[in-house]
Amino acid sequence: MLDSIGVASIDDLFDEIPAHLRAGVLEAVPAGMNEMDVSRLMRQRAAQNSTAICFLGAGAYEHHIPAAVWEITTRGEYYSAYTPYQAEASQGTLQLTYEYQSMMTALTAMDVSNASMYDGASSLAEAILMAVRANRKSKSRMILMPTTVNPAYRKTAHTIVDGQKIELIDVPYDRTAGTVTLEQLKQQVEGTPGGDVTALVLQQPNFFGCLEDVDVITDWAHENNILVIAVINPLTMAVLKPPGNWGDEQNGGADIACGDGQPLGAPLSAGGPYYGLLCCKQSLVRQMPGRIVGRTVDLDGKEGFVLTLQAREQHIRRSKATSNICTNQGLVVTASTIYMAIQGAQGLENTAAACFANNNTLVEKLSAIDGVKKAFSATHFHESVLQLEASSGMTAADVLKALIEKGVLGGFDMSHDYPELGEAILVCTTEMRSAEDIDVYAKAMRDVLASGDAAASLAESA
Amino acid sequence: MLIFEHSSAGRTGAPQSPVEKASLSAIPENMLRKDSAALPEVSELQAVRHYTRLSQKNFSIDTQFYPLGSCTMKYNPRACNNLAMLPGFINAHPLTPDAQNQGFLACMYELQSMLCEATGMAAVSLAPMAGAQGEFAGVAMIEAYHRSRGDDARKEILVPDAAHGTNPATAVMCGFKVKEIPTLDNGDVDIDALKQAVGPQTAGLMLTNPSTLGVFERSIEAIARVVHEAGGLLYYDGANLNAILGKIRPGDMGFDVIHSNLHKTFSTPHGGGGPGSGAVGVAERLKPFLPLPQVAKDDNGYRYLTAKDCPQSIGRLSAFMGNPGVLLRAYIYMRLLGREGMVRVAEFATLNANYMMAEAKRRGFTLAIDGRRASHEFIITLKNEARKYHVSAMDFAKRLLDLGYHAPTTYFPLLVPECLLIEPTESEAKEALDGFMDALEQIKHEAETNPDILHAAPQTLPVKRLDEVRAAKQLDLAYKGSE
Repeated sequence: MLDSIGVASIDDLFDEIPAHLRAGVLEAVPAGMNEMDVSRLMRQRAAQNSTAICFLGAGAYEHHIPAAVWEITTRGEYYSAYTPYQAEASQGTLQLTYEYQSMMTALTAMDVSNASMYDGASSLAEAILMAVRANRKSKSRMILMPTTVNPAYRKTAHTIVDGQKIELIDVPYDRTAGTVTLEQLKQQVEGTPGGDVTALVLQQPNFFGCLEDVDVITDWAHENNILVIAVINPLTMAVLKPPGNWGDEQNGGADIACGDGQPLGAPLSAGGPYYGLLCCKQSLVRQMPGRIVGRTVDLDGKEGFVLTLQAREQHIRRSKATSNICTNQGLVVTASTIYMAIQGAQGLENTAAACFANNNTLVEKLSAIDGVKKAFSATHFHESVLQLEASSGMTAADVLKALIEKGVLGGFDMSHDYPELGEAILVCTTEMRSAEDIDVYAKAMRDVLASGDAAASLAESA
Repeated sequence: MLIFEHSSAGRTGAPQSPVEKASLSAIPENMLRKDSAALPEVSELQAVRHYTRLSQKNFSIDTQFYPLGSCTMKYNPRACNNLAMLPGFINAHPLTPDAQNQGFLACMYELQSMLCEATGMAAVSLAPMAGAQGEFAGVAMIEAYHRSRGDDARKEILVPDAAHGTNPATAVMCGFKVKEIPTLDNGDVDIDALKQAVGPQTAGLMLTNPSTLGVFERSIEAIARVVHEAGGLLYYDGANLNAILGKIRPGDMGFDVIHSNLHKTFSTPHGGGGPGSGAVGVAERLKPFLPLPQVAKDDNGYRYLTAKDCPQSIGRLSAFMGNPGVLLRAYIYMRLLGREGMVRVAEFATLNANYMMAEAKRRGFTLAIDGRRASHEFIITLKNEARKYHVSAMDFAKRLLDLGYHAPTTYFPLLVPECLLIEPTESEAKEALDGFMDALEQIKHEAETNPDILHAAPQTLPVKRLDEVRAAKQLDLAYKGSE
């Protein structure tokens, strides 16, 4: 090969690089290992991670995934293919993506789905940018953001949209119900110049697990020329009213729906890869960021699939593109499509209903313990906020730490994001939590609070 | 046939879900769904067979040579997938307390360190979930840096005209104006035009080196000097890092911030369009602005840094930690390679590209840039063939599919007419390279003698050329039942 090129050594091929800039040995990179040794290392690392029973949710959920899902997904033909730019050589990925779009629009009752965004949080950010482009009657670039929306999503949205002079306005929630009310939204609009608001974000179920009054809020928003961005957990949409049906039957429906697809077949995996779902009304399709697959025909009139509406995208439009996104989360979408096909509507409904039923059981058992009470009155789905008022003065962090020692990952500490709730935790159940798991949690909580009380009274008497 | 067309009412993949549907009567009626979602109703076997058969309609690295320029379609070792899917990793909830997550965090911490070393940067954040998000993070840091110094007039990002489309799109997302810098015929940036373009309005320059034209930017030091003297920062687009891994480091070239595509250089799978990872690295002065989370190590072990630790951070880019499963695969790949392996990556990727370029010239193809070393990729222009035989680069690409090769990148970079951008990667043996060059030569011969073979290609795939105009005009983006 060197002879064909006409050089004496491989090193000669790098002779255009200035010699004084050449790298030395990469000291901080360890020497290479063979597969056997790397396997040993990774097994040791994996074994260090927690095996506690998981009652944590807060945006990522432990669901059963049929073994077939990742077996098929990691076939080399899916795993090691590129983005389907050569359509004739990519009909597998393209048809699968079209089927994904079909399933996602069926689940959300929206008109159009794209091929995915990175995750739920970044898809909310892109939904906001999309709403600002789409709502041409609004000039304010103001977005109403209830604090019942996942705090990590709100932070991510700030990172991504702040540079484009878009204002995200926090809207407080009703402290009794745990949901945002129409009165609070109205107050915010009255406070803005000309009452001009571009869009509002509404999460269902919200971060507390509570169900928002989506019909009333959607209709009010549309009456006031405000676009509605729904943030949803797609699994729950198997049984809850989907965003495309929110509000008035004729003119209603959320304008954009986003969320994280993780509950549909992606393992927890320390935070990803998951994928962001993004759907919209037909009229907004040209404002949609990311890839979209369309069905068409070939020269012989045979059905086939292609990436379409590419004039929105960065590789064509460059600085005028709807977004800079190109690579999305294709492989996770592959898994999710196979997951939905295997489960069907029936499987998703039974799964979602079990999540709901288990949460009722858990909340009932935990709130029966002295010093534990439900924070909110609104109907909750499969997550709930519990306030801890143990006489011991243990913080939520103390309680969670003690629970881990008893093999229970007890929930999410709310005190950083919602200090007004005092010592509070967000607990979650999926269909994976058995009656025994729930009993283990209830017993652990009782023991932890009792030992805290004992320690406190001991300290008092000392 | 769509999965929906295999559907039969009432059929399910049971027992993959709870057998009974628990009561939902505690939920107010108006909050419940009225009709079941119109998802397919198939057995597990039907689903498995359908998606296995669909997979067989794809070209992939595991089945075909895939010399897609600028995409680095190297072999994805199976060990990386296997070990990243160990139960201890995939069952870990992202909000697990750090103390119970030490095995995973140790991998992430070491991955940060290895990336710092390989790129010559002072610190790395693994948060970005793709190259484009890495670019966003990088440009947002440049903006935050200037703002922190009260230097508010820097509203412009410079981008060479050969750059990826993501560069200008990203700059606009971060609130900047974009100014394009022309490229000379030899592939280098027009440094006189650059000198004219910089000024107190310059926030930074985004550069890919080796460039998208497949050559190393020889005046990189002079470019760095011009941009830095004007008060701007230098951004490195890591799309082509594979060409120089262990040979020269972006940090040593003078770059202030980089993103590296772990799904290119570090072999995480492309997955038919992601997930990727666009880890960002920075020089010392940009460290405070890195996106969250990052992993630190102290006396108690490894932990995530939060906004409290990094008050000047540009913030979060995702709900949790980017794409950890991808990051684990990159980590495993780097441990397999080690420091010697990294250098071999660049050497053999470069050897393969230069060999193919020499072969292309010998076989009568026109090189876009002649008389220079190829990086890990090179460009053929088919403008002569297009003029003489009325065949396009796209025709060549489609005919290659018939002959069992994935097409190179076509029509990019936009500067070169009728181009094929060819990147073999280090993974391929000489036989694969020769086979591809034979195919290309055969197609050239067909173009001269019977161009209709090219116009009609492909003939051997599941579909012939598809009607893209119809796809865009008669939008059919979701199955809405059989009508």
